[in-house]
Amino acid sequence: MNSANFLSGGIYTSLSNVSDYFDLKIHNEQLLEENRILRQQLFNTMDSVNVKRDTSTFDGTYQFFKARVINNNYALRDNFITLRAGKRDGIIKDLGVITSKGIVGVIDQVSNKFSTVVSILNSNSQINAKLKKSGHFGILEWDGKDPNIVKLVDVQEKAPVAKGDTIVTGGMSTIFPEGIGIGTISSFQLDASQNYYNINIKLFNDMTNIGHVYIIKNLDRKEIEILEEQTSDEQ
Amino acid sequence: MNNDFTKNSLRFVLLILAQVLIFNHINFLGFINPYPYVLFILLFPIGDNRTLLIILSFFLGITLDMFSNSGGMHAAASLVMAYSRPWVLRSVFGVAYEYNTIRITNISFTERFIYIITLVLIHHFVLFLLETFNVSDILYIFKKTLFSGIFTLILSLIFITLFSAKRK
Repeated sequence: MNSANFLSGGIYTSLSNVSDYFDLKIHNEQLLEENRILRQQLFNTMDSVNVKRDTSTFDGTYQFFKARVINNNYALRDNFITLRAGKRDGIIKDLGVITSKGIVGVIDQVSNKFSTVVSILNSNSQINAKLKKSGHFGILEWDGKDPNIVKLVDVQEKAPVAKGDTIVTGGMSTIFPEGIGIGTISSFQLDASQNYYNINIKLFNDMTNIGHVYIIKNLDRKEIEILEEQTSDEQ
Repeated sequence: MNNDFTKNSLRFVLLILAQVLIFNHINFLGFINPYPYVLFILLFPIGDNRTLLIILSFFLGITLDMFSNSGGMHAAASLVMAYSRPWVLRSVFGVAYEYNTIRITNISFTERFIYIITLVLIHHFVLFLLETFNVSDILYIFKKTLFSGIFTLILSLIFITLFSAKRK
């Protein structure tokens, strides 16, 4: 049983049709901010040669979808988000979900019109993440208490950890592309074995107010998975 | 009977809607949510079939689970609550319960208070125990049970007072 069915999805949609108006101002500001960043990138291109892209065919690795959040929890231990986008919009299980600021979660169940997301505020969520500066990897977890703080565990003791450093997604999975923002380090300490860091991260996203999200589909995923399966079969 | 049936069905639907659309999003102080949907179990006619109450409580819980993606936590907590209701009724109301003469609207405030708080705490404890599912966080479970329980109690008392028909 999950909330991606016609009954609960329908009820949540009609509620969000009304309640979305209350957050319009904040969502507009978020969009403006995103546009500002995109424009900045557009007019400060890395390449000195201006390459004109043929946009009539799609040849990238990542395809983006947009979706509206119709239900969002953050006060439970295992939080889920319900989106108004499903199979008919091209959504499948295990796709990454982000906002313009940072990651939100991973798609879990999908029905025709709706889908549920395992929020990063869920004790079962495990996402590969790394320190932006040095590239040391760890696993992103949540202890179920503060919706603004998540934990990065299993980071090597050798890693240069400092307060305020940025944590981004690791790109070791086929779910998220590398380098999507997660948050900044607010505090850290070594774990009981003295070999790994436990790092507290302050999220970029305000998980208590999410209006619209982007869903990322890795088009190479099937190929990677088949290859990995064959590799493990041969051994 | 027909009147009771309509009243309880309506209560079932309205309480679930109120729970998922309003009370699940209160998040007072970050983690305190009331669960006034348990009013359905509290107010279920006392003389009626016990098996029926348990079956209905299961459906009440599982419907809520569907809305909040919580597996079966609400269903389990509602079942425990419905199952323990006869014992609570007997210990709170004593002989009066045996004769089926009590109504939730015409008992004294103290009795009503004890009846509601006992059942609500049972329900919330099972719910948060299953939600946290970690004995090392037992203090957190107690804290959440207590605060949410008080919140639910206050709302339940208000609802009962607001929606009870006046009889002289």
